Amino acid sequence: MPSALINVPARAKRGDVIEIKTLMSHIMETGYRHIASGEVVPRDIITSFTCRYNGTEIFRADLYPAIAANPFITFFTTVTESGKFEFEWIGDRGFSETASASILVE
Amino acid sequence: MAVTRRLTRRDVVRGAAVVAAATLACPAFAQSAARVAVIGGGFGGAACARALRRLDATLQVTLIEPNTTFTACPLSNEVIAGLRELPQQTFTYDKVAADGIVVVAQAAKRVDAQARTIGFGDDTTLSYDRLVLAPGIELRFDALPGYDEAASAQMPHAWKAGEQTMLLRRQLEAMDDGGLVVIAVPAAPLRCPPAPYERASLIAHYLKARKPRSKVLVLDAKDTYSQQKLFENAWKELYPGMIERVALSQGGRVTSVNPATNEIVTDFGNYTAAVANVIPPQKAGRIAEIAGAADHTGWCPIDPVSFASKLVPNVYVIGDACIAGGIPKSASAASAQGKACAAAIVNALAGKAPDTPRLDGACYNTVAPGYAFSLKGIYQPKQDQYAESEVTTSPVEASREVRQREAEQALEWFKTITGDAFG
Repeated sequence: MPSALINVPARAKRGDVIEIKTLMSHIMETGYRHIASGEVVPRDIITSFTCRYNGTEIFRADLYPAIAANPFITFFTTVTESGKFEFEWIGDRGFSETASASILVE
Repeated sequence: MAVTRRLTRRDVVRGAAVVAAATLACPAFAQSAARVAVIGGGFGGAACARALRRLDATLQVTLIEPNTTFTACPLSNEVIAGLRELPQQTFTYDKVAADGIVVVAQAAKRVDAQARTIGFGDDTTLSYDRLVLAPGIELRFDALPGYDEAASAQMPHAWKAGEQTMLLRRQLEAMDDGGLVVIAVPAAPLRCPPAPYERASLIAHYLKARKPRSKVLVLDAKDTYSQQKLFENAWKELYPGMIERVALSQGGRVTSVNPATNEIVTDFGNYTAAVANVIPPQKAGRIAEIAGAADHTGWCPIDPVSFASKLVPNVYVIGDACIAGGIPKSASAASAQGKACAAAIVNALAGKAPDTPRLDGACYNTVAPGYAFSLKGIYQPKQDQYAESEVTTSPVEASREVRQREAEQALEWFKTITGDAFG
């Protein structure tokens, strides 16, 4: 099972507004829960999500403990040229995942 | 709300006093003349109507149900797989009527909670002292883009037993070997939460024997579900490689469908089905909304002790339509709620407080002939909601004899619950 799911249209017309969908499998442990013996379950969340388009950052989100497990992030952008979207998720405990998708702009 | 209800009950008494001309004796008079109407003749409504008559034979009980026969959902997944026939699922209201219940074969179109009347299509009305709404579910044909009532003729939901059940069966029978059967499962709450997985199992059973190169794909808007481990083990054991499930966190939520092409679209994928079983999101049956008993969620908030609507005085809601906390929406729950609600109404008419109910629920899942498991629960009001006080699920590791016994128990359970309501 892939940990990252992304949905980027394979092709679009120049100037089109496209929807990008992403989903990262992650526990998003808040750091506020306790186990039976009273110890705190350490925080383990994704802290940032970034999308770059041909190397330029076009979207960024900071994530906090209130965000549910498996964060689903979707956003819109305007396409101007063919290229590559690169996605990056960074989090606690050295969490780091990347994914990418290309789009053909006609 | 409690204040409103108390005042209304006093009004009933006052109305009776005019005739009886005795203040202390009149609650008894009001009770003997009480008219209770039940809208909806499913497991909840029928069990409630009969329990009302059993508890107080003087009650005038009317059951309002437009269909002259009832087709039961439990075991209907076996009809889809060709293991049972629809007539075995079908019951009449003859025995209900024989209990002295007036069965009105019309659809209730309006409820006037102030006048306490029910309106029918032909402009006649029926007055009540207490009204029980047991309308079951309404499929939301506006919730999933592409899926409306017309689409269900191509992509059956089979979520109300009857013609839809047979349509899905015929589509499976007509499908070529190697076809992909897709089951689209909505997010909770839904009627009979484990039923999509029972259905996947029994369809795989049919395919394994008749069309072994075919597959079942479950696209699910949920991550976890009831008795999941039991289903997953059964699939490995009985149908290896035949059933695939895409959970919510794997992108399984269906976002649109196209009945013209049998295409099913999720957030992250497109699937073309040979047979598409699309189970849409649901809400309480339409009359609940018309009566004003449903809230913004589409379901009906109730007082868990009496099943009295929190929104409409003198109205009670039972079965799939009500918000019952930890109780799954099932035939078993509806039947238990119907009986408890009947007791609460009889108490209320006598001016007594309702007893705190303790509801038993059972839910059997048959994954192959002679192979079943179950979840049995006891539910009680806790604060303002129903909570599980005891839940027993079949063991994950068990012999085939245990599964066989549960399959036999499932049939016994069906006989009992349909007997309670219709026998």
